[in-house]
Amino acid sequence: MPDDSVGSGGIPVPKPPVHQRFLNSVPVAILIYAVVVGLIFYGSFAGAQNMGYNWQWYRVPQYLYSFTDDGFQWGEIVIGLFATIRLCVVSFLLATVLGLLVALLRLSGLVMGTAVSVGFLELIRNIPLLVLLYLFYYVLGPIFGFDRYTASVLTLAVFHSALISEIFRAGINAIPLGQWEAAKSIGMSTAQSYRYIILPQSVRFMLPPITGEMVHLVKSSAIVSVIAVAELTTVGRNIISDTYMSFEIWFTVAIVYLLVTLILSIGVSFLEKRYAVDQ
Amino acid sequence: MNRHPIIEVRNLDKFYGTFQALKDISITVHQGERVVICGPSGSGKSTLIRCFNALETHSSGSLTVDGVDVFEGSKEIRRLRQEVGMVFQQFNLFPHLNVLENLMIGPIKVRKISRAQAERTARKYLDRVHIPEQAEKYPAQLSGGQQQRVAIARSLCMETRIMLFDEPTSALDPEMINEVLDVMVELADTGMTMVVVTHEMGFARKVADTMVFMEDGRIVEVAPPDMFFTAPASERCRMFLSQILEH
Repeated sequence: MPDDSVGSGGIPVPKPPVHQRFLNSVPVAILIYAVVVGLIFYGSFAGAQNMGYNWQWYRVPQYLYSFTDDGFQWGEIVIGLFATIRLCVVSFLLATVLGLLVALLRLSGLVMGTAVSVGFLELIRNIPLLVLLYLFYYVLGPIFGFDRYTASVLTLAVFHSALISEIFRAGINAIPLGQWEAAKSIGMSTAQSYRYIILPQSVRFMLPPITGEMVHLVKSSAIVSVIAVAELTTVGRNIISDTYMSFEIWFTVAIVYLLVTLILSIGVSFLEKRYAVDQ
Repeated sequence: MNRHPIIEVRNLDKFYGTFQALKDISITVHQGERVVICGPSGSGKSTLIRCFNALETHSSGSLTVDGVDVFEGSKEIRRLRQEVGMVFQQFNLFPHLNVLENLMIGPIKVRKISRAQAERTARKYLDRVHIPEQAEKYPAQLSGGQQQRVAIARSLCMETRIMLFDEPTSALDPEMINEVLDVMVELADTGMTMVVVTHEMGFARKVADTMVFMEDGRIVEVAPPDMFFTAPASERCRMFLSQILEH
C-alpha cells in the first residue's frame, strides 16, 4: 500500500522567484503595513505640531466616563453613542418593515403595485440624504406636526428602506421558481409560501448586504446632527465648541463609529455561518 | 367497472403570447385510472399536466378537476391543489427543511392538522417510499432517487386523490431510476389516480390503463397500452416509439 505522505518522488515544481517570495512573506507584509500607517500618523501629528496645535488627550477620558462622588458615570460621548444606537435601531426596524412592503409590492405582479414601488425607489434614491432630511424637518415636520427626532427617524427609515427593499427583492428572486411551484402544489397561499418556504431561504442571500446596509445606516445617522438631534456627532460638535479640542474629539468620535460598525460586521458573520450550516 | 370522471378537459387551448402550446385538447381521466402521456420534447405534455393543478392557466376551453371548474382567479384552486399532488422533474424539495419537516409542513400549515398526527402520517409515507431512516436528513444530503421519493411522499402526505408526475425520472442518474419507478408502481397498485408524463416505456407498459401520445400541442393518439405498443394507429406515434424503443 503506497504511503501518501511521502509522495511518488517526481521532480518538484520550481518555487516562485525570490523577490516574490520575499514580498509575500508575512513578516515583510506586516512591516510594510506598519511603515505606511506609521508615516500617515507621523505626518498628521507633525502637521498638527507645525500649526501649533495643543494636544490635550488627557482631557478626553472625562467625556467617555468619570468617577465622581456619585460613583461611576458615563461621559457625554458614550451617552451620545447610546442615543445613536437607539436612533439607528428604531430607524432600521422601520426601514426593514417599509423595505419588505416595497419589495413585496414590487413583486406582487400588480401593475399599480410595481408602479408605486418603482416610483418610490427612484424618488428616494435620487434625492440626497441631506435634502431628504431638510424636507422631512422643514417641510413635512410643520405640516404633520412632528418633532426633529421623528423627522430624523423617518428620514433614515425612508432613505434606507429604498435600499433594503432592493436587497429583499434580490434575495426573493434568488429562490428558484420550482420552490414556488412546490409550495403552491401542496396548497399554500402566496403569504404562506413567502413565510414558510421563500423568506427562510432568502435570509442567507440577504444577510451580507443587509449588514452592509446597517453599517451604512449607522454612518448616515451622523447627518441628523445638522438639525441638532442629540446623538454621537452632535455631542462631538458640542464638546468641541466648549473646548476647541477638535482633533482629539473627532478622532475619538470616528473610532467610536468604527467600533460599532466592526462589532456589527463580526456579529453578522457569525449569523451567516449559522445559516450556512442549516443548508 | 363504475368509474366516474375525475379530470375532464374539453377543447382546451393554451397560448404563450402568439405561440400556441396546447391545441384543442380534449381528454377524460377516470377515478383510479393510470394515464401515461408521452411525446417528443416541446409537444406540450408538461404544459398540459401543469394545467391540471393550475400551475399553468389555460387560455380557452374548459377544465374540471375533482369537480372543481379550474380557471384563473378561481377561489377553489387552493382547495383543489390539496387534492392533487404534483411530483416535479427537479424534485423541488424545500432545502431549508429536513425530510420530516418537508413532509409535515403542508399538512400542518395548509390542512391544519396537529403536529403529532402530521408526523405519524409523514413516517407512514416515508416507510411507503422505503426511506424511513432518512427522516432527519436534509435534502442536499440525499441522492437524487431518494430526493424524488421524498417528493412523492410529500405529495402523499396531503392525502391527495390524484397524483401528477412531470417527468419524475428525467433528472435522475440511470441507476436511480428504478427505485423511483418501483415506488410509483406500488402507488399504482393502491388504486391512486395517476397522470404521468414520462419516457419510461417499461413502466408505462406495466401500469398504464391508457397511453396518450402528444405532438405539437395536440393529442395524436389515445389507446390502451397493448394496442398502443403493438399497433399504433398514427404514423408519427409509430416513428416516436421506434426511436425511443430502439435500444
